[in-house]
Amino acid sequence: MSELFSRLSLYLSYSFVRYALIVGVLIALCSSLLGVTLVLKRFSFIGDGLSHVAFGAMSVAAVVGLTNQMLIVLPVTILCAVLLLRTGQKARLQGDASVAIISVTALAVGYLLMNVFPTSSNVSADVCGTLFGSSSILNLRMAEVWVSIALSVVTVLVFVIFYHRIFAVTFDENFAKATGVKTDLYNLIIAVIIAVVIVLAMNLVGSLLISALIIFPALSAMRIFKSFLSVTICSTVLSVSTALLGIFAAILLKTPVGPTIVAGEALVFVAFWIVGACMGVKKA
Amino acid sequence: MTQIKVQDVSLGYETGAIVSHLSFEVKEGDYLAIVGENGSGKSTLMKTLLGLLKPLAGEIVFGDSLRKNEIGYLPQQTVVQRDFPASVSEVVISGCLSNGKFHPFYNKADKALAEANMKRMGITALKDRSYRELSGGQQQRVLLARALCATEKILLLDEPVSGLDPKVTMEMYDLIKQLNDEGVTIIMISHDISAAVRYADHILHLGEKMFFGEVSDYKKSDFGKLFLTEGGEK
Repeated sequence: MSELFSRLSLYLSYSFVRYALIVGVLIALCSSLLGVTLVLKRFSFIGDGLSHVAFGAMSVAAVVGLTNQMLIVLPVTILCAVLLLRTGQKARLQGDASVAIISVTALAVGYLLMNVFPTSSNVSADVCGTLFGSSSILNLRMAEVWVSIALSVVTVLVFVIFYHRIFAVTFDENFAKATGVKTDLYNLIIAVIIAVVIVLAMNLVGSLLISALIIFPALSAMRIFKSFLSVTICSTVLSVSTALLGIFAAILLKTPVGPTIVAGEALVFVAFWIVGACMGVKKA
Repeated sequence: MTQIKVQDVSLGYETGAIVSHLSFEVKEGDYLAIVGENGSGKSTLMKTLLGLLKPLAGEIVFGDSLRKNEIGYLPQQTVVQRDFPASVSEVVISGCLSNGKFHPFYNKADKALAEANMKRMGITALKDRSYRELSGGQQQRVLLARALCATEKILLLDEPVSGLDPKVTMEMYDLIKQLNDEGVTIIMISHDISAAVRYADHILHLGEKMFFGEVSDYKKSDFGKLFLTEGGEK
């Protein structure tokens, strides 16, 4: 045990490990905030779709040779988030169908571009890294850490300020709209927050596993807690603690960070499911 | 005093009008029941009154005392709500968001209003319970309390008793009548014509032939007789 601690304190003396922990915790916090809303609005898969879009945008940025990829990835993802949530309401093309179309197209185009205009000698490793996050969380530069901190603070602030509106829009959009709540505005805010969270989270778990980070904590919390506030708080606590433990475990066991965290989330979900079933909470 | 005046309105979607040349008005303290078969445009009319849809033609005028978003609304339950993790008090107080100015959090007045309306609906004891664990009738009371937080003036009820058992249905109708007696204008959509004529004072019957007027006239009209005998009431 003491050997474990000495190894941990050795790792913590490296700045890249500290950066990874800071950014990992912030990402986990932000991504769990909107999970409840997305699950309840039946948008669980929007995270998946958007992360593929972000992957496509990232490969475009790489091919163009942009040093700061955020400049292109963030706006493109936000735009797609707005479009996808909009189709969810108007339903000309069914929500899940449009998510599927956009996500596979972005994925295909992204991979195609990376192969046609390879920027490094090992394309498969690059792609694998982007999809599963591999070690990019451990290679953060100072600037990226600051960008993550700034975006996370903004995300949390926006969520707190609009918390009650987000609740109202999630629970009953028609009622909210009929009583004069600007539902379109709040749907837009939700879309933008999701896009920002996804772009941030690509660093941590890669684009294939982001959905897990967004919906697992919410689903676990919903098994046991009964009010919106307690579910939201529980899912952030769960998300942050699994991310922390996951990063430590990944460093100690030398496993890839993203999949380790997601596997942890899955275990927590199973545990909460069992506890919830034993407590007799009506299933969600 | 007239709260809502509907003048020669056509309702529907881009694909075509469902209801044409509809005119009626709602005065303060009225209890209007909107009846008609499925597809006759009841829900479309409700959405238009709530401002969720625009009328295709004609005009809806709101009285001086009524701002457009001062209408309380009891919607039909959605799938989302059935497993929504929210406590009763969270749902009720969300009705207070309509009071115009933007505050990130609820103030004391909002909380007091929510408490008062929970008491009025007899659900104070349930306030920390989860909405999804309640019975159908209890859920309707929660949503009524929320609607009352949004307004004291006028309530639109969309099939308020659908899915409720007979005893709870009676309680629900009595509760709505009690609110009406306290001065809240009620507009209720219903399948149940016999209940509509028992509780409401005005009837709007949508369909190929339309009727709008007081319940006594509706009962006397050939049109009303036809539907009421079918409904088993004289």
